[in-house]
Amino acid sequence: MIARLLGLGALVTAVVAFPAVAGAYPVKLLQEILIWGVFAMSLDLLLGYAGMVSFGHSAFFGIGGYVAALALKSSPGALSALVVPALVTALAALVIGLFSTRVSGVYFIMLTLAFSQMFYAYAFQVAWLGAEDGIIGVPRPTILGLNLGQATPFHLYLITLCALAMLLLWRVVRSPFGHVLRGIQENEGRMEAVGYAVRRYKLVAFVIAGTIGGVAGSLYTQLNLTISPDAFFWTTSGEALLMVIIGGTGTLWGAVLGAAAFILLQSLVSSYTERWMLILGATFILFVLFAPGGIVGALRRRARVRT
Amino acid sequence: MTFLSDVFAQALNGLAYGVLLFLLSVGLTLIFGMLDVVNLAHGSFYMLGAYAGLTTIAMTGNYWLAMLVAPLAVGVIGALMERTCLRPLYRRSPLDQVLLTFGFIYLFEDLVKWIWGGKIRSITPPEAFSASVQVFGATVPSYRLFMIVFGLVMAVALWLLIERTRLGAIIRAGVFDAEMAAGMGVNIDLVFTGVFAFGAALGGLSGVIAGPIQSASPPMGAGILVPALIVVVVGGLGSLKGSLVGSLIIGQAETFGKAWLPGASMVIIYVVMALVVLLRPQGLFGRALK
Repeated sequence: MIARLLGLGALVTAVVAFPAVAGAYPVKLLQEILIWGVFAMSLDLLLGYAGMVSFGHSAFFGIGGYVAALALKSSPGALSALVVPALVTALAALVIGLFSTRVSGVYFIMLTLAFSQMFYAYAFQVAWLGAEDGIIGVPRPTILGLNLGQATPFHLYLITLCALAMLLLWRVVRSPFGHVLRGIQENEGRMEAVGYAVRRYKLVAFVIAGTIGGVAGSLYTQLNLTISPDAFFWTTSGEALLMVIIGGTGTLWGAVLGAAAFILLQSLVSSYTERWMLILGATFILFVLFAPGGIVGALRRRARVRT
Repeated sequence: MTFLSDVFAQALNGLAYGVLLFLLSVGLTLIFGMLDVVNLAHGSFYMLGAYAGLTTIAMTGNYWLAMLVAPLAVGVIGALMERTCLRPLYRRSPLDQVLLTFGFIYLFEDLVKWIWGGKIRSITPPEAFSASVQVFGATVPSYRLFMIVFGLVMAVALWLLIERTRLGAIIRAGVFDAEMAAGMGVNIDLVFTGVFAFGAALGGLSGVIAGPIQSASPPMGAGILVPALIVVVVGGLGSLKGSLVGSLIIGQAETFGKAWLPGASMVIIYVVMALVVLLRPQGLFGRALK
């Protein structure tokens, strides 16, 4: 336990101090890993704990991103950067969830996918969201007197929020609520028979995951100062699923590992070859076929062999 | 052009798009009914078909030959994919299979980019259907009429195949209860591969058919997948009839939406889908949900 805490402390210190030793590009990569890590983690709550395969998680990433972009353009403060995007995504997740949790299995996959595509189609088409170009020139906010336009305060702000989101998810899966979700994943019918309102639990999980996904989207806008309809496209959900699977489902921190592997591999491979998608697809297929537990699963197997 | 002939022309366009969606979604629905796999790479089969057709036409100049070669080539790719990658996963959760097919989207799209380049290419319609004809005062490209007739003939042929032949009976038995069918002496492994390859071939065929009106580009596969999935949701998973009715509804909704509500055209099919799911979650002709 103490070793773990020390390890975690060292990791946090390294992440915080990273800009002191690394250039702008590696720092940007680290920040992307943090944001995608939060996004993938929120998806893991659905995929790895509640057993809900959502192919529409990009809807919340996009909504958070677009709402933050619009709000920040009118007034760059904490309300616009965090509160409003979170509230709007929560509401959207509630509405989409009310529809989607009526069904399960493949129907759930296809419904969530279709909902996210609906947002994509809308954002792609309407002028007030900038159509296919999206929204550009978003300012960074000033929060608690800190001007986040500067690099150091922004880095700390990003780390703090990502850490909070991860902590929240960690608390959720370890709460009694999280255990009920695990039960639903194991055997939905039995949980229903025991007297749990399964649909309501799934809906709450969907709203929590969606809201945190929205916060990730909002942070993504604040990192890149722009958001485009691609954020909504269903392959965004697919990529988050890839991260979770590569890292290991149902482990939370595996999602962050998966995000790191995905983003580092992408930046590494695309500097050598244009065939990034081919390698990504092949890597993913190999993971599904031969390492269904992902990186975390492989690590755990090795640890077990040693002891 | 009068209002009525305009409506008529739109309806024909919608019908042409509808039969295209039918050829695609019928493969999706058959594969799902049989193997319990939502094949997300189905759009990739459509893309591979279009490119295989493109190459055949470039080499021979014969469109009809492309309609034969492309489905065969894509069918072989499908059979290989089922044998090598999907088969080992049947004993795992269906999620693993869905995710596997998702990986293939990337693989196939990048392969096509590698081989054919990323540019948009167009397929010229066959000589016999390159002109337009007048139907009830509306000008309609004759290729679209060919598509409609071909699609409807295919629908009838598929229905006959599945409902009236011995092979169809085997397939239906496999869909109903694969284990029991195997117990009755059906080589179910072979049927699984066959159905997957057949669905893939239909996807490839629809890619060739779509070529002259939609042109070919690497992202076309990921783009068409969503309307095809919506058709399956609206019609009901695993139902041939549902696939046909769903395609026709979505084809018309999309086409009339584009013509009459340009501001909201892309959203309309999702509204249709949401309504169906709300009123009848298993789809119009789907089996009742467990």
